[in-house]
Amino acid sequence: MNYVIIGNSASGIAAIEAIREYDGKNKITVISDEPYSNYSRPLISYFLGKKVSLESVSFQEEDFYKDNKVDLILNNKATKLDLKKKYVILADGRKISFDKLLITTGGAPIVPEIKGRNFNGVFSFTTLSDAQKIEKYIKTNKVKKAVVLGGGLIGLKATEALIELKIKVTIVELADRILSATFDKKASGIIEAALEKIGCKSITNNTIAEIKGKNSKVKEVILKDKKKIPTELVIVAIGVKPNIELVKNRAINTNKGILVDNFMQTNIKDIYAAGDCCEAKDSLLNTNRPIAIWPVAKRQGKIAGYNMAGWKKEYQGSFAMNSVELCGIPTISVGESCPEKEGYQVLEYFAPEKSIYKKIVIKNKRIIGVIFVGDIERAGIYTSLIKDKVDTSDFKENLLKEDFGLISLPKEYRKHLVTGEVAIL
Amino acid sequence: MKKIIIREEYCMGCRLCEVHCLVQHSKTKNIIKAYKGEYPKPIPRIIVEEKGYVSFALQCRHCEDGPCLEACITGAMYRDKKTGAILLNEDKCIGCWMCIMVCPFGVISRNGEGKKIASKCDLCMGEKVPICVKNCPNEAIVYEEKK
Repeated sequence: MNYVIIGNSASGIAAIEAIREYDGKNKITVISDEPYSNYSRPLISYFLGKKVSLESVSFQEEDFYKDNKVDLILNNKATKLDLKKKYVILADGRKISFDKLLITTGGAPIVPEIKGRNFNGVFSFTTLSDAQKIEKYIKTNKVKKAVVLGGGLIGLKATEALIELKIKVTIVELADRILSATFDKKASGIIEAALEKIGCKSITNNTIAEIKGKNSKVKEVILKDKKKIPTELVIVAIGVKPNIELVKNRAINTNKGILVDNFMQTNIKDIYAAGDCCEAKDSLLNTNRPIAIWPVAKRQGKIAGYNMAGWKKEYQGSFAMNSVELCGIPTISVGESCPEKEGYQVLEYFAPEKSIYKKIVIKNKRIIGVIFVGDIERAGIYTSLIKDKVDTSDFKENLLKEDFGLISLPKEYRKHLVTGEVAIL
Repeated sequence: MKKIIIREEYCMGCRLCEVHCLVQHSKTKNIIKAYKGEYPKPIPRIIVEEKGYVSFALQCRHCEDGPCLEACITGAMYRDKKTGAILLNEDKCIGCWMCIMVCPFGVISRNGEGKKIASKCDLCMGEKVPICVKNCPNEAIVYEEKK
């Protein structure tokens, strides 16, 4: 039996651990097109901002692969699959045969067709090597000004890193606010104000129409409304999409991402997918879609690993959530935090002068989403209420109280939490 | 593994566990200095919840399938192979608060002073019995092998 895993990040590593819980013997091969043994992608902004060293970006110890008897192939891309003969073809021509295959190719940055995007100094911000290239470019060119296209999480983390490096940043965002995917106006407003305070401007309802350069280096961006911003660096961070290049137009079913069942298996037997490249169950929206976040990638990888090793375990689904501290303000958003349709109720506490905002979205007596800005204490309890679809009728009025805790919950549910083992997200 | 069992019917809400926990996790281990003179100010890793006649002390449950372990983006949160406890490597933690977002018990806190990092129960590593259990006057938390 040969296990082969394409991709060496959250899902891939979680799958190795899961397989090894049940199968200590059979061969595991991991294929990665990156040169590093492993690193945490969410940490690249911390690396760029010099808060985390190159040594500390890894999330698994170096002897992990040896301890788990994993054959690690680095710097070599899986370019083709032969589904009939069951092997993976690598960029160097090698063929790696598999009995069970896991595809964890992650996400790829969305790069818009902007005129001038090939000038030096225009970067995506997805991988560690992107961060290293940016670091080098900043150093060589003594960059003092930057434009970040995209006010989502990646764009803001990039912004924060650049600010740490004393670079003046302008954020350009197409939506009417930053972090528009998960934050409403009030939440974004707090962060926008905090950014402004440290000299970082957010331009919303706008985008880059053209990038101009001189001597092959970026010098200026021209926005949709003709406004010009001089800059020495552009980071394009408008989003990521599932990286399905390897399986596109093949027998493996795809939509935006690779389609999987609740056992993380694709439509082809023995071929699994997990993490940012796949579309699995969203337990809140009751649909399958990509949820490109770390804990979901880990969970899916783990479930895939169990099933590959022959221990049938069902994925219970997940939902969108994220946590990040920006400008010293901690923020957490979970689930449907800004629903567009009608039929829900919102509880909120808003104190912009203290940079605090708490929002709870309730639908059919159940919490479907929350936003916490500035005060995130005990946020996980709400995440758990969303996951377990708990009826809040009996304690709704306590949800935003300062002393809200397990004690506010129905006794039965509390006992279940405290005495039982926790079913995971 | 041995776990701290919560017996809310015996808890009086005296919060001695909180005091002892804070001192145990201070640099000086001296009650006055811990409360009055240390920076960053130590915070207790146990929470006492109270409402009317009901109260209980709550700390990390060291879940078998801990969501915090999966959510941690740095690998700072890990399971101690010897004891089974879920521990935090404070050097690796960068304060992204993913663990706070997913902990169903709300027992991981944000230590906002100094290097902003997460703070949670470590079962008083090195002690035979966690200090909160040892100092509970009413056995409202006990340290037992979980059935």
